[in-house]
Amino acid sequence: MIVTTTHGEMDDSLLEKREGGVDNDNESTVWVEYWLAGELVHRSAHVSLKRAAVSISEIGGFNG
Amino acid sequence: MANTQAMCTSFKDEILSGIHALGTTVIRAGTGADTLKAALYLASATVNASTTAYSATNEVSGSGYSAGGVTVTNATAPTTSGTTGYWTPSASFTYTSVTLTTAFDAVLVYNSTQSNKAISVHTFGSQTITAGTFTLTMPTSDATNALIRIA
Repeated sequence: MIVTTTHGEMDDSLLEKREGGVDNDNESTVWVEYWLAGELVHRSAHVSLKRAAVSISEIGGFNG
Repeated sequence: MANTQAMCTSFKDEILSGIHALGTTVIRAGTGADTLKAALYLASATVNASTTAYSATNEVSGSGYSAGGVTVTNATAPTTSGTTGYWTPSASFTYTSVTLTTAFDAVLVYNSTQSNKAISVHTFGSQTITAGTFTLTMPTSDATNALIRIA
């Protein structure tokens, strides 16, 4: 597979691949890195948002 | 029958569509949906509920990233379910072929049609991107999970 890197497009067989992620109440995230001789040459991340921006609506009454 | 005090659910939907103006409003150029954008902010920034509009201050910068962020795909109008009004962008926010070496952890959704006024801030774990792609995938658009909800 060809990977876009800071040195241009490279075959992934030449690179060290590292993957990781987090999964919590707020997000589910995966990331992938490619390293070349100790140098980070590619990093992508994909975040799935779980928690919305919620506004709770309230109205006032007349009965104190 | 009995009367029940409530905020009308239809109002929640109509707020999201700009139907009501309880204060000073604007003259709109048309009846179409506004153009929204999504900008990324550094982990050192302070974007929150007090943010009133997009600002380039502490926005991410780097190869492949355009100041102001990406345009939000908005193909689905706000709606309601139960007593909740909600809306979710209809596609992921994708920043393709970027290098963002300073950690970022927030996205500001704002209205570029209406003077870049802020809509919402969403945070996530701190990230950097190197010659890669950053994608924010939207939650399911329903009354429980939608990105923006008025409950």
